[in-house]
Amino acid sequence: MALLQISEPGLSAAPHQHRLAVGIDLGTTNSLVATVRNGISVVLNDDAGAALLPSVVRYLADGSVVAGEAAQAEQSTDPQNTIVSVKRFMGRGLKDIGDAVDLPYRFVDAPGMVQLRTVAGVKSPVEVSAEILKVLRDRAERSLGGALVGAVITVPAYFDDAQRQATKDAARLAGINVLRLLNEPTAAAIAYGLDNASEGVYAVYDLGGGTFDISILKLSRGVFEVLATNGDSALGGDDFDQRIYCWILEKSGLSQLGVNDTRLLLTHARAAKEQLTDNAQTQITAVLGGGELVNVTLTRDEFDAMTQNLLARTLQPTRRALRDAKLSVDEVKGVVMVGGSTRMPQVQRAVAEFFNQTPLTNLDPDKVVALGAAIQANVLAGNRGGDDWLLLDVIPLSLGIETMGGLVEKIMPRNSTIPSARAQEFTTYKDGQAAMSIHVLQGERELVSDCRSLAKFELRGIPPMVAGSARIRVTFQVDADGLLSVSARETNSGVEAAVTVKPAYGLQDDDITRMLQDANQHARDDMLARALREQQTEARQLLEAVDNALAQDGTLLDEASRQRIRASMDGLRAVVDGGDHNAIKRGIEALNQATVSFAQKRMDQSVSRALKGHKMSELEKN
Amino acid sequence: MNVGSADLQQDFYALFSLPRSFQLDSAALDSRYRELQNQVHPDKFAHLSDTERRLSVQWATRVNEAYQTLRSPLARGRYLLSLHGVDTQEETNTAMPVDFLMQQMELREALEEARQSKEMAALDELEARVKQMIGALQQQLALALDEQRDDAAAAGIVRKLKFMEKIAEEIGAAFDELDS
Repeated sequence: MALLQISEPGLSAAPHQHRLAVGIDLGTTNSLVATVRNGISVVLNDDAGAALLPSVVRYLADGSVVAGEAAQAEQSTDPQNTIVSVKRFMGRGLKDIGDAVDLPYRFVDAPGMVQLRTVAGVKSPVEVSAEILKVLRDRAERSLGGALVGAVITVPAYFDDAQRQATKDAARLAGINVLRLLNEPTAAAIAYGLDNASEGVYAVYDLGGGTFDISILKLSRGVFEVLATNGDSALGGDDFDQRIYCWILEKSGLSQLGVNDTRLLLTHARAAKEQLTDNAQTQITAVLGGGELVNVTLTRDEFDAMTQNLLARTLQPTRRALRDAKLSVDEVKGVVMVGGSTRMPQVQRAVAEFFNQTPLTNLDPDKVVALGAAIQANVLAGNRGGDDWLLLDVIPLSLGIETMGGLVEKIMPRNSTIPSARAQEFTTYKDGQAAMSIHVLQGERELVSDCRSLAKFELRGIPPMVAGSARIRVTFQVDADGLLSVSARETNSGVEAAVTVKPAYGLQDDDITRMLQDANQHARDDMLARALREQQTEARQLLEAVDNALAQDGTLLDEASRQRIRASMDGLRAVVDGGDHNAIKRGIEALNQATVSFAQKRMDQSVSRALKGHKMSELEKN
Repeated sequence: MNVGSADLQQDFYALFSLPRSFQLDSAALDSRYRELQNQVHPDKFAHLSDTERRLSVQWATRVNEAYQTLRSPLARGRYLLSLHGVDTQEETNTAMPVDFLMQQMELREALEEARQSKEMAALDELEARVKQMIGALQQQLALALDEQRDDAAAAGIVRKLKFMEKIAEEIGAAFDELDS
């Protein structure tokens, strides 16, 4: 049976149906989902009216999972199985987590990404994040009354390739089609920029629960151009809580607490931090498991003093970003504050002092990222003309490969606009060398050991040659999500090797399949139904897109080509409403194949048009 | 002039419809870059077929590469010479004039000194000096390429610029170092 499509009130369903798309802010502390409704970006609340979903997941002994408020409520009673701030572990190894010993979790040092042992088994941060995303997906689908075409998921701008890949995998695991990974500060800029119709250079200062980003953007007639970005993917509100926690221990003469007491005091520390936003002092009172009473008073001045160096750690990347953008502080027209942690008065003061101006806080710092992501999701889903604005983002960290002596040769510098490709030639150092090992790294430092290892692969079968005469061309390609793929080719012989960078810190497709199979039978049926729905949605969109393209530019084709495309369309139409998702998939592939040269012709035409317009206006001028 | 059919293989100047010279209208470059990205950027194709998405990534990548190349005077000079069939031999040709090498050594010593003494002001001063020298070399390059049409001389200036750019990069790294 054909699925019914629901359109927005007041809009006709054809020919352009409104496609349901959302923006998701997958935060360290809280997560949100937003969508564009009647042209306005709105955050979707849960049944109880809450917008913020605590990013907390609890695993129970019977295998069931709870995410959000209910999980958060149990974090002190069941800390080992209640995972908070999981974002900090995405794409990270155990050695990357500096305070692992202070955390109540049972970490498992798996190759690549750290895992967590829970009462329901060992879970990867990707699986934990997927639980949060599933709740948001369900919330959105119930609220919007239909299956989502896709979502824009935001990531800290300073996330490296491993962290981005992990985020995308989590979304896939949650059954979400990722339209784009979008940098959080850029999302915030969209929400602000479109609101205020501003022009000029803006700084977005984004201090979240566990990450800090600074982005310098230039806004001009419909273009958001990121000039530079910097940050610290292990610095956020959690560190402020940690400072208060340590202060409580010191003040109360406590040491070596159990996991439950640790979590209890961290919860009190966070509450105290929030209290100090509006009060000059706050009382912290708690009874520990052994009956000890904690009763201390913290003043705002004390809190300011103990967090001074955390603020300094945000200003250092800020200076670097400005330097990379080749701008001085007085060239910045406005400063946008993002993230719940920017509510702290000392943060606002430090930022105001640094930039010599009062930062903008007119949009809710907790919601602004999700609102911006929703606006972008709406465009990417094809609900708007698409010529409204253009977003040009960059990679946050340089990419390179290992060369002799454990040194890194940078191939793509940080702040390169994406999508981007760079190639560099290398050669062999031994006579008759038949293979070359390629080690891909990300970071700014010179030594391999100081950068993040993203992948290793080998180019084999290099024909025997004298040392130095092979020409090995290594190409880096970064897509619009900021994800890297690398290929290597010996140019004399044509020997090739390629890798999508995800082995070391990401999940292989097999892992995702296994995780999906781990889910119970009911969930699996649900997955199959979802897969079918997704294929059908994709097929209908493709048919609609090709129909429109033929109507617009059919004259670019000869009759035979048009016939061929129409035949493929008929083939797909014949199966689209059936229950065989593989047949639909094959039909989609066939139609994609049949339209390759048509798509090329259309692209050439639109590029030529862009330039032609220019020529004419110039001729008139002269 | 007829623009003809756009294709991925055409040179960067043709892609932006700009005359093939070292000196160029940077405002025109910026605005055409944006117009082209407006047509080809993956965000405009996210809801379309795989084929169209792939093509869009290829085009957007090419447009970014062209823009980065033409925007940077060093990369632009090198690229223009390559269009003339001249290889700048930046890795292989190390026969630099003696006075230039002396100057390089002196700059490196100054950088090392500023780094050791952790003096921001000294670093600022060095950066300004290097910037000025780079500006002078760029003027020479414009002269050699656009007026004198002396590709051999131009290749020599490109090699010098490469040295200067390296120093400028190291000054940037020294700033980062002082800041941490």
